[in-house]
Parts: sequence; C-alpha cells; structure tokens
Amino acid sequence: MKINPRVSEKIAKGLIWSAALSVLAVLVGIIIFILAKGLPIINWSFLTEIPRNMGRSGGVASPIVGTLFVAAVAVVLAVPFGIGTAFYLAEYTRENAVTRIIRFSAESLAGIPSIVYGLFGFIFFVIYLDLGWSVLSGGLTLAFMILPTVIRTSEEAIRAVPDTYREVSFSLGGTKWQTIRKAVFPSAIQGITNGVILGLGRCVAETAAVILTAGTALRMPASIFSPTRTMAIHFFILAREGISMDNAYGTAALLIILIFFINVVANALVNRFVAKGR
Amino acid sequence: MKKFKEKLSGRVFFALALSSISALALITVFIIVQGVPIIAEVGFVNFIFGMSWAPSHGEYGIFPMIIGSVTVTLGAAILGVPVGLCCAIFLSEFAPARLRNLFRPAIQLLAGIPSVVYGFWGLLFIVPFIRNVLGGPGLSILAGAVILAIMILPTVISISEVSILALPRQYKEGALALGLTHWQTIRSVILPSAKSGIVAAVILGVGRAIGETMAVIMVLGNAVAVPTSILDPVRTLTTNIGIEMGYASGPHRQALFATGIVLFVIIMALNSTAQYITRKK
Amino acid sequence: MKRRKMTAAACCLMITAVLSLSACGGRQAASVVIAGSTSVQPYVEVLAEEYARLRPDSVIDIQGGGSSAGITAVESDTAHIGMSSRNLKESERHLWKAEIAKDGLAIIVHPSNPVENLTRGQLRDVYTADVTNWSQLGGPDARIHIIAREEGSGTRSAFDDLVMAERRIAHGAIVQDSNGAVRQLVADDPYSIGFISLGLVDLGERPVKVVRIDGVAPTRESVLDAEYPLYRSFLFVAKEEPVGPARQFLDFIFSEAGRRLLTDEGLVAEDWIE
Repeated sequence: MKINPRVSEKIAKGLIWSAALSVLAVLVGIIIFILAKGLPIINWSFLTEIPRNMGRSGGVASPIVGTLFVAAVAVVLAVPFGIGTAFYLAEYTRENAVTRIIRFSAESLAGIPSIVYGLFGFIFFVIYLDLGWSVLSGGLTLAFMILPTVIRTSEEAIRAVPDTYREVSFSLGGTKWQTIRKAVFPSAIQGITNGVILGLGRCVAETAAVILTAGTALRMPASIFSPTRTMAIHFFILAREGISMDNAYGTAALLIILIFFINVVANALVNRFVAKGR
Repeated sequence: MKKFKEKLSGRVFFALALSSISALALITVFIIVQGVPIIAEVGFVNFIFGMSWAPSHGEYGIFPMIIGSVTVTLGAAILGVPVGLCCAIFLSEFAPARLRNLFRPAIQLLAGIPSVVYGFWGLLFIVPFIRNVLGGPGLSILAGAVILAIMILPTVISISEVSILALPRQYKEGALALGLTHWQTIRSVILPSAKSGIVAAVILGVGRAIGETMAVIMVLGNAVAVPTSILDPVRTLTTNIGIEMGYASGPHRQALFATGIVLFVIIMALNSTAQYITRKK
Repeated sequence: MKRRKMTAAACCLMITAVLSLSACGGRQAASVVIAGSTSVQPYVEVLAEEYARLRPDSVIDIQGGGSSAGITAVESDTAHIGMSSRNLKESERHLWKAEIAKDGLAIIVHPSNPVENLTRGQLRDVYTADVTNWSQLGGPDARIHIIAREEGSGTRSAFDDLVMAERRIAHGAIVQDSNGAVRQLVADDPYSIGFISLGLVDLGERPVKVVRIDGVAPTRESVLDAEYPLYRSFLFVAKEEPVGPARQFLDFIFSEAGRRLLTDEGLVAEDWIE
C-alpha cells in the first residue's frame, strides 16, 4: 500500500507536534499541580521552624539546612577532582589508553544507578569508615555521584576556549601551568561553574543515595557528623506515609522552586559563556 | 621554581584524573565483596533463577525481580522511546525558534525534578486511574512503566537531538532538493544517518529506567511474584534494595548487595554498549 | 592563585575528615544515642521532643535501622539504648530491657468494606492466598488485595509470629515499607487489607476501618488484658541498666507525663514493668 506523501507528511507532522506538546503539557501539569497545592503552605514559619511530631506540624528548616549542607559537602569534595580531571584530559594529554580508561570510568560512573551509590556509601562511609549516618557520609556519596557531571561539563568548557588564547600565552613565554591559570581557566570558569551547578541540582534532587547514607534524622544538623534528612527524603517520607499531605506539598514546591532556580542560573551562565565565545 | 611548578601541576592533575578510576574501582570492590559470599553460599543459579525470596527463611532467589525489572523497563521503553524520538525530531526539525527556546529548558527541568515527585504524582493520578478503569490494585507494571517513560524522556530526547543536529546539512538539503517531502527526508535520510546516536539514546534511557528506585517503589506494589499481566504488582532489583535495606542485617543485607551486583553488571553492560556505539562513529 | 587556595581548602577538609575518623566519628559525648526499630522510633521522637522542651540542655539522637540493628548497636556501644519491637532472642537475653509500652496490631480494610470480623484462621487464609475473594468472607465479590510489610521489619515479624504460625505470606502480596504507606494504600483501595500499629490507625488524613479479630476489637483495655490476640511489646534494651542522661530520659518516659504522651499517641502504656 502506498500512502500519498502529502498525506503521510501531514500525519507525521501531526503526530510529532502532538507528542511534543503532550510532553510539555505533562511537565507543566506536574509543576502547576505541585505549586498550586504547595505554595499556599509556604510561609515564614514553614521555612524557619523545625519539623514537629514527625513532620505532621512545624516547618522544614532542618531539612532545608540538611539539603544545603549535604550538597555543599558533595560539591566541595567533587569540584577539585572533577576540574582536575577535566584539565588533565583537555590540556595535559593526547588520547591514549590512560585517557580512554579515565573516560570509560567517568561515563560508567554517570550511568550507575543512585541506589548502587547508596549501597556503596552505606557500606563504605557509614559502616567501614564508621562515619555513621551523617552529613559527611551523604556528601561523600553524592560527591562520587556528581563527579562525572563536573568532569564532562568542565572538559567541554575547557575545550571551548579558543586555541589562540593558549598560543598567545605560550608565545609570551608562559609555561603550561601559567597558561592554564592565567589564560584558560579564567575563560572557562563560567562553563565550569555551570557544571558545578548542575551537580548541585542533582544533589538536591537525589533521594535513594542519601536515604541510606545521611539518615532520616529530623534534628538540625550540628556538624558534618550529625545525621540529617534532606528535603527530598522529607517529602518522600511525608507523602508516602501520609503523615501530612500539606507539608509534603509545601516541601515539594520548595524543591521544585530550588531546582528551577538552579537551572535558571546554570542556563544564564551557559548563555553568557556562549555569547562570550562568539 | 618555574620548572618545579610545571612538573608539580602536571602530576597533580594526573593524580586528580585518577579519581574517577579509583571511585569506580572502590564502588565495584565494595559492592562485590559484600555480595559475593551470599551468591557463593546460595549458588549462582539458585540466586539468579530462584523463584522464592524469603530472607527470614534463608531463601534468596531474585528471578521475580529480574522479570520485574525487565517488564517495567520494556514498558517504559515502548511508551517513552517513540514519544522521546518525536520530541527530538520536533526540536531539531519542526519547532519554531521561540518554542524551542521554551522546550529545551523545560526538558532540562523535567530531568531535574526529584524522582520522588514523579512517584508521588503517579500515586495520586496514574495508580487510581488504573485501579478504577482497568482493575486490579492499581500498583502495577503499567503504573511503573508510565512513570519511567516520563522519566527517561530527557535522556532520550537530548541525546537523539544532539545526534540529529550533528548530521551534515548537505544530507537534508540534498534530499529536499531531490523533491522528497520533509517527512520523507526525515524518515529515509535523517533517522537512518543518526541511527547510532538514537540507539545510544535508547540504551542510556533504558539504563536510567532500570536504575530508578524511589519513584517506582511508590507505584509498583513490590510483590515478589512473577507477574501474569501488566496490571500485577511487581518488584524490581532496585526496589528490592530500596525497600529492604533499612532493616536488613547479616545474610539478608549481603543478599541485597548481591542484588546490587546483578544491577551493576546489567548497567555496566548497557553503558559499555552505548559507549561502544557512540565511539564507533 | 584561586586554584591553589581551592586545592588547599579541599586538602584541609579531607585531613579534618580523616582526623575525625580516627577520633571515632567525633560524636558528641554528652548525647544519648537511641537506635533501632522504626515501629518504636516515632513514639520515642515524640517523647524526645517533649523531653527537649523540659530540659533544653539534653541531646537525644534517635536513629532507625530496625530492631536487630538497634540491639547490635547496643552490644557494640554505638548506641546507649536500643529500641526493639520484637522479643529478645536466646543470645540476647543477657541484655537489660524494659517494656516501654504494648502495641496492638490492627487489621485494617477500606471504610466501604462490610466485613466486620475475621477469625485468626481466616486472616491467615487471606494472607496465604487460600482465600482470595472478599465474598468468601461476607464481603463484595472482588479479589482481595493483600498488603504486607517487607522482610526484616518488626511489624512483619510480629505478624508472622502472631498470625501466620508456620505458614508463609503469599508471594503475590503487595509489599510496602512503612506503617504509613500500608495505611495510605488501604485508605485508597476498596479491596485491600493490611496490618499496622494500632497507634497509627487514626493518624492519617483519610479513614481506614479496623476489623475485629475473633470478635474482639483492639482497644487499650483489650490489649492490656490480652483479650485481643494481636499485640507485641516495645522494648528498650541496653547493655546494663542505664545511668546518667540515658537514665534521666528513661525516668521521663516512665513518669506520668511520659505515660500520658504514649497513651495519647495510641500506645498501651502501663506502669514500669521490669
């Protein structure tokens, strides 16, 4: 059977448009639903009070602090290694067996499910290193998880720096290290920051890896050795156990706003970066 | 001094670059060391093909979970891949610039939303819909597949779109110049040329679906039985770990690590295939 | 310059981490660490919250992990007090224990379900999937959706002991990993049945219906005089009788205020039984 090309063109176009628009509709639907239910819950006391009665009342101050604390530890630990790897891959070596292994490892890390990171973090940090459920255990586990994101985006940013920058620096007698420090790094910094922020976003949204490593404690974390509960975990527990739907929606709305904000910042950086590169 | 710094910086960067290798090695070693003893004790075949999971009775068979992971992932791929591909074609070929500039960040946001939010959304809308309209408890393979289909969209869309955009413009221009319609061009020139990228996108999407935990814990029902219909509750490898890790100790905990090993091997195989396909180009 | 500072900062952080590792995790010495059963945990959280109001200087750290993990933690001195929702095994008898309360195991169904009473035998048959339709129990003609807790949970093992005897819960049972999740699901699904802590029955936004067992409804009184057959003890376990801050917290739990809090939360709290 042969269908008229004009007709098939129309059908295909219709299908593609409807698929794209329905995806957009689902996304907008989810976000509007959560925000509509959650935004009315958010007020000053919700943000500043510690959860009481297992989260049935009170606010989400300690999960907010826990989230930021865990994510900050993860980023601080992952960034030097991630950026260092990116500089090594982009500046110090040609493609060879070593770089292939490094790339393979990084890409494999990117594909490992977060629950496996959770298992690893639990047995290695919580049990073996005896850090217990803590901000540090959670942060270390997430650092492993976001390492490939930081590597990939940083490497792209470094490679996007025009070669003329390097050539000028070398011709002025600069060493490789000086070139990287003074010419390459400053122009790649926006792209690198974008990668770091994307990693931060993953940390904030993660549940499976942190629930096994940071714990579910409701108290305000006093140090990096305190157990804590991130907002995503708090939402999961409130919603799943039906403890308080209102507080669950409020927490989810906060999370979505936070992720949205992180994405906006990352995109703004990329756009500035692209504009500068031109 | 200059030379010393030069040398030192090279060494330091090299040392830092070894971090991802050591991370992967550390994860592999610790998961395997924890899980292998129980596999050895139960026997590899009994572990993989055993039908009964009852840790309190010393029975550790994960076959129902393997079936669970495969069916849910397959469902997600069937529902998610065509839609994702359509979106990629839409973005690269049809979308007006303004819509595209709205769509891309939207997809990025879709990827950033915590998985627990998707699971919760599924529990509120998908599960009751299935229960009331199609029957059964609602918590089911179908519910999991729908949620995962949405969750793999960003992966499928972004990687396919990149591989379509990477094609030389002449391909498309040549085909259009020969008088083919836009859709004919897409079907017979663009998609076949971007095939390897699209296949990699699908494989990575599948990897994402197999690895997802928290969202599916909420909607799958977690029953340890081989399903007979898509409306039956199932447990996947990931949810087996997620749901039982909280209390497990001794051999039970080891068995959950062993479940992790199986998951790990599947994911590594998928990733290596995807990497191989993209490299080959 | 910036880079070097960053590297230095990272190094410092790592060194601090390693140092504190060797200093045994650097946990606060003055705090009371309580770990164990997640069935007991919510009640102890409530107690600790009130206790912290009375004594702002006290620090009580409460962790989940399950009964066995709590007992192991006590034996290895990781925790001062373990929470257990199961009885001690032979090998654990040397430990000090105190029953802080009793908890009934409520069998719950959807409010629209007409079934009022089940015998223990019927309940067992439902969970072994020998009985699969509500009509066999005087309910509507619909498949029973059985909901169980996951392997390893204290509530599950209590249910196994009290109801299942030597039989096993059917493989096809839906499994949820918390009392709250079971409750939520039963409130949603008209044909489901589940078991949860009696104290948590009324703690959701949508109602569920509690079924009588052998003609007895679970109440404070029927659990206390053992008329209602499905109940278990919530235990505090320690290496030896606690002293110092841990003792003060215990005294609070067994004070009138503590007893009242536990009763308000739905548990059956008697006076101190050692």
